[in-house]
Amino acid sequence: MEFFKKVPQIRFMERRRYWYITSAVMIVASLALVAVRGLNFGIDFTGGVVIEAAFPAAADLEASRAALAEAGVEGAQVQTFGTVNDVLVRLPPTEAGNTRQQGEAAVAALKSVDAAVVIKRTEAIGPQVGRELAEKGATALIMTLLFIGLYVIMRFQWKFAVGAILAALHDPLVIVGFFALTQMTFDLAVLSSILAVIGYSLNDTVVVFDRVRERMPMLRKSTPVQAMDVAINETLSRTLMTSVSTLIVVTALFLLAGETLRGFSVALIIGVFVGTYSSIYVAGAVTLDLGLSNRDLMPPEKKEEADALP
Amino acid sequence: MHQYPLWKSMTVLAIVLASILLALPNVYGETAALQMSRKDRAAFTGADAGQFEQLLAREGIAYEDLYADADGRMWIRFDGVERQLEARDAINKAFEGQFAVATTFAPRAPRWLTKLGLKPMSLGLDLRGGIYLVYEVDVQGAVAQLTQVLERDLRKVLREARIPYDEVAAAGPQLTVTLKDPAQAADARAAISAFDPGLQVVDGAVPGQVLARLTEDQVRQRQDFAIQQNITALKNRVDALGVAEPVIQRQGLNRIAVQLPGIQDAAEVVRVLGKVATLEFRLVDPVNSPLEAKRSGRAPLGTRLYEDRQGNPVLLKRDVIATGEQLIDASSTLSQGEPAVDVVLDGRGGEEMLRTTRENLGKPMAVVFIEKERELVERDGKKVVVDRSSEEVISVATIRGIFSNRFQITGLTAGEGQELAKLLRAGALAAPLYIVEQRLIGPSLGKDNIERGFLALAIGMVGTLVFMVVYYRMFGLIAVGALVMNVVMITATLSLFGAALTLPGIAGIVLTVGMAADANVLIYERIREELRNGTTPWAAIHGGFDHALSAIVDGNITTLIAAVMLFAFGTGPIRGFALVLFIGILTTLFAALMGTRALIQLVYGRRGRLERLSV
Repeated sequence: MEFFKKVPQIRFMERRRYWYITSAVMIVASLALVAVRGLNFGIDFTGGVVIEAAFPAAADLEASRAALAEAGVEGAQVQTFGTVNDVLVRLPPTEAGNTRQQGEAAVAALKSVDAAVVIKRTEAIGPQVGRELAEKGATALIMTLLFIGLYVIMRFQWKFAVGAILAALHDPLVIVGFFALTQMTFDLAVLSSILAVIGYSLNDTVVVFDRVRERMPMLRKSTPVQAMDVAINETLSRTLMTSVSTLIVVTALFLLAGETLRGFSVALIIGVFVGTYSSIYVAGAVTLDLGLSNRDLMPPEKKEEADALP
Repeated sequence: MHQYPLWKSMTVLAIVLASILLALPNVYGETAALQMSRKDRAAFTGADAGQFEQLLAREGIAYEDLYADADGRMWIRFDGVERQLEARDAINKAFEGQFAVATTFAPRAPRWLTKLGLKPMSLGLDLRGGIYLVYEVDVQGAVAQLTQVLERDLRKVLREARIPYDEVAAAGPQLTVTLKDPAQAADARAAISAFDPGLQVVDGAVPGQVLARLTEDQVRQRQDFAIQQNITALKNRVDALGVAEPVIQRQGLNRIAVQLPGIQDAAEVVRVLGKVATLEFRLVDPVNSPLEAKRSGRAPLGTRLYEDRQGNPVLLKRDVIATGEQLIDASSTLSQGEPAVDVVLDGRGGEEMLRTTRENLGKPMAVVFIEKERELVERDGKKVVVDRSSEEVISVATIRGIFSNRFQITGLTAGEGQELAKLLRAGALAAPLYIVEQRLIGPSLGKDNIERGFLALAIGMVGTLVFMVVYYRMFGLIAVGALVMNVVMITATLSLFGAALTLPGIAGIVLTVGMAADANVLIYERIREELRNGTTPWAAIHGGFDHALSAIVDGNITTLIAAVMLFAFGTGPIRGFALVLFIGILTTLFAALMGTRALIQLVYGRRGRLERLSV
């Protein structure tokens, strides 16, 4: 089976202006959404308490809320989680340092609603720890972009590197925008899947760039735009193939791995689409518009992997 | 031309076989078990199995296996948690207080595998259930405690040197001494330096003011001491909880992370771990018989009856020479080649020690370790706070000389020395401890997480594999082989290093499967291209691998960087994801580049000239 009987001849780069506009709109919209709606940070980052509890029958959210209020637990959010029997209670952090006690009071309140309730999970995180995790997460994100940028600069010409890094910035922004839009919980797992997406998206970009690097010197008569199109078309069936196989597994995660990994797999699913798109219309297009020419690829080409056979 | 070097195929085969062996214990899984050790620290042997077999038979509790391990612990494996708990209660009742019984999980793998030292992957708390606590040690407070002791000591030093002062005040790591007569500043400096040569002593900005500062080294030492002290104390108390594989480790500058798999009662854990420890130095009563006192249950006048760690009775005098609050430091060391423990007390403790040793040369002195636990108890319908304490004698040593605040305890084995130093430190005035993070995962959620995670893995894998076979036919089947090899190698690596598998870790395996297919796709697409350009099948295979190499390596290194950063800055289960991602990239490179090639050789190698490839 093959997606294309012969190498397709789609002129991707011709309309890149429109795609620039699309990307710009997505990014501006993401930033605006984050600015206006903000992210619904999980307690990993904010501190606070999360309690997951399973009632023997459909949970009575109103009764639970009332019991929590009566127990003096302030600011509790109660929602169902996965099934109608399961509830998730979230409490904001208290600066007074009694976050844990608040959690215990909340557990007691839930038990007063129905003594048969099963507490599946409780997490209490002090605000200081939350701030630190957020800091570490941001550091991980920045360091990843930095080191991947350095690697791409090392392995490719700088124009490629700029394109690749812009694409790598583009993808997390879109995902973050989606989380701001839907107000899904943004926690450590989501952050780590964003890092995985950066890796995935760059992998995709590198495959296209690798092809440009290989083909451009051979296509002396073509313009850079044509050469980029050839490279994208020649790798297109691989791009589709990999996107589909990755989509299969992340969809399996989304559908089957349960509520805990929901945000994680949603971020990955978006990442597969955006990462594939950005390899072509951000990384490839930007590299072209930075004035990529045949000359950029002449010197480093000749020496290649004669002894690097597997 | 089409030969793939035999040694490469053999390398692949060897690695695959080794991985299968390493991954094998995971097939059998784990089940609930009890792990027992003797309170007197003697080893269990196979001969001890009989008494447990009899007991379990009598109680009618079925078990799967019962054996003593190489470390002298007895294991009993059950088919479920209910039996395990029944058996625990029965054993505790029948052999009251003789054994420490911990609930745990034991691998179901056959003995020959366990004898080879092969174990299944350990499961993270999110898969097994348990409690994760992070304590923060108030290190600033620990430093302040030290300067407050110094404040008291310096007043005494100045008084004894007859240097009148207005004030000695501690603030952070610094003490400010204000003298009545500025002319005596030099004398005061000398007196303070003589008392503690470690202090930095300088003149203050105001005449007649002397500043004594802890050096940065001293501050750091004090902070490390505070952390170590709390870690020791927590380890001691966790033992009492009966957790088989607790993990207690320092995290960053001032935190201690505690992982207690399988434990569910958070309130109990917090209460037991929140105990307060102290020490008492007392003289041993050399006249009366402790055995007699134990038998009669009455201690002679002026004495109290204690027990040492082996349960032997010891009679101690009622007067306390010094307490844990006065202990500044204790460390194990060597004195003339013999293990010893260096002890440093504060000035007040030293003074009392001097008086006592002067009068009791040649007599034995003991150290008592005391742990207090605050508990809310209902009495007559009212809640009252009750302090419960446990006391045991951790050292008895003869006073061999006259000393004050610095002395040595000798006559120990190396292990005893370290243990004693640890206990002494644990009993010193403790730096306050706060819980800053607490996660509790119920056993049902853990089980759910495992089931869901593996279901997602199975479906994701099957989906990818079917897709590959449909798209690439024979070569798709080869890719299937490479992907399965890949997952086996990831499992083997995790089992080998004893790394904990977490739910995000399972997600990492799933993701690796999807992304690993990419390497095969890159190679196969290249082979197709080569074939389209009219090259012969074998040349196409060579060309495919050759030309795909740079894209595969460059692409995977970017993901590798992301995984490393995630591991460096992530915590908890997320690190599990990063680790799997990292291992997965390495195994992917191996499976795609070498494994796939070897499999192609296996399938097509003997056919010689090929007319066409099924790709």
